[in-house]
Amino acid sequence: MPDVIRAADVRVRLGQSLVVRGVDLTLSDGEAVAVMGANGSGKSTLVRALVGILPIESGTVDIFGARLVPSGRGLPWHRTGYVPQRVSAAGGVPATALEVVTSGLLYRGRLRPPRNAHALALDALDEVGLAGRAGSSVRALSGGQQQRVLIARALVRRPDLLLLDEPVAGVDRPSQVAFARTLAALVERRVTVLIVLHELGTFAPLIGRTVVLRHGVVVHDGPPLPPARGHDAPDHVHLHPYVDVPGGRDVRALTEPNLGSQQ
Amino acid sequence: MTPDAGTSATAAGTAWTAVRDAVAGLLSDPLMQRALVAAVLVGLVAPVVGTYLVQRRLSLLGDGIGHVALTGVALGWLVGSAAGLVPRDTLAIPGAVVAALLGAILIEVVSERGGTNGDVVLALLFYGGIAGGVLLIGLAGGSSATLTAYLFGSISTVSTGDIALTVALGVLILAVGIGLRAALFTVSQDAEFARASGLPVRALNIAVAVVAALTVTVAMRVVGVLLVSALMIVPVAIAQIVTTSFRRTMSTAMAIGVGVCVTGLVITYWHNVSPGATIVVIAIAVYAVVALAAGLRRRPEGDPHPDQADDVDLVTEAT
Repeated sequence: MPDVIRAADVRVRLGQSLVVRGVDLTLSDGEAVAVMGANGSGKSTLVRALVGILPIESGTVDIFGARLVPSGRGLPWHRTGYVPQRVSAAGGVPATALEVVTSGLLYRGRLRPPRNAHALALDALDEVGLAGRAGSSVRALSGGQQQRVLIARALVRRPDLLLLDEPVAGVDRPSQVAFARTLAALVERRVTVLIVLHELGTFAPLIGRTVVLRHGVVVHDGPPLPPARGHDAPDHVHLHPYVDVPGGRDVRALTEPNLGSQQ
Repeated sequence: MTPDAGTSATAAGTAWTAVRDAVAGLLSDPLMQRALVAAVLVGLVAPVVGTYLVQRRLSLLGDGIGHVALTGVALGWLVGSAAGLVPRDTLAIPGAVVAALLGAILIEVVSERGGTNGDVVLALLFYGGIAGGVLLIGLAGGSSATLTAYLFGSISTVSTGDIALTVALGVLILAVGIGLRAALFTVSQDAEFARASGLPVRALNIAVAVVAALTVTVAMRVVGVLLVSALMIVPVAIAQIVTTSFRRTMSTAMAIGVGVCVTGLVITYWHNVSPGATIVVIAIAVYAVVALAAGLRRRPEGDPHPDQADDVDLVTEAT
């Protein structure tokens, strides 16, 4: 079986600057990998290049064994789900949560939703706990709820590979916990997950491997790392949501310098 | 029966007869028949395209295309008179179609490249279109007064041939705008997500630009270049006050579009006022009334997120 993602020496340019400078990244079937790094380290740019939003300057990307080309030809788009980093899901015209989720059923080669689109979209909304808001305009939803609509839009086509770009940025803790639970169920179904995160947080129990980018270069690819020094002190001001997640990892396990190379 | 009641009953009867005769007269007038067909079609198609433009926050695209279409009108006129065609404006509408299509695709391609500010490109087309139109119509031996019919519409001059073209283009616009609704919605809602789904984003965006250009040329005869965009945008603006879904916004806007076009046209049957301006003023009046009514009806007092779990624990636990 080919690797789900195989990226070799990928370079991506944004305007004048080379933001991703020769990244190698491989994800095998059923892996859950977190891409981490400071703002501007190139993690979002890398993911956006992997899904074909940004052109790759040099290097190659293979998804499910198919080469990513600018025209998008030949890629199994229906097996890939993407959740953008976004605050608002609302456009200039009102649209219901159901309509936005249904739009996830379209991909290259399918310009009209299938017959059972309504049921599929309702299922996906149910998975993120928003079945009751299917008919609501996304404008009327909170930021966290809108983010969950975007997650449902990626889930609706039942992807085998899910790429998420900071899916819980600005999402409150109960929603994060709920989403971590949804993602756990997907990982159990052997869906391959690539998730861009600032901190592992609620997702720590799911993540098998962490890739850390710095200035567009991979500086760590291995077991999840403990939080950076200064972020692990008891009086650290961040609210680390994983501290009291039911069934989550004990925070002390993360502060012990046991895994990987200390930065 | 008192004499008074008898008199008022007769008066009511006379009034009813008068209305019936007036409507019958209106409907039997061939000029009015053609104008009504054009008005209904334009009222129907313009909001379909407008819904996508508003969703993409490109409300002024129709104006940009309209101005470019004016150059096309003048160019068609110039070619027509050079070729000795009679009447000289035979090629005016075809010229407008070609110019509008080219302008729309140019706007789309330039804004996709992102190298230049799309806003500035739109502005250049606005001014270039008007200036080019006035300049060329002068060279063709006309005056800027010749352009007035296209600037403000001239529904009374709609010929049977025009109607055939209008119907054909209208059907095409509806076929694309409604047939591809799911795909056009996806692209207009979130172009990046559409690209990450492998959808042909550029082709779909150009499809919207093309139907927008065709709508401009179809609506040009009814309301004129300067007011075309209003018919695309204002019905959508009204509809979205009262709707929550994209689908419902589009259908409501179509109903409003037909309503204001027919009402405006009927008024001009009895009163000598510009049909285009009347239609647009009615549309904006409807917007004002609906917006006011919606504001009065529901003052949002309730919690919009009653089902949201609390994030912050207000009670500090004693340790």
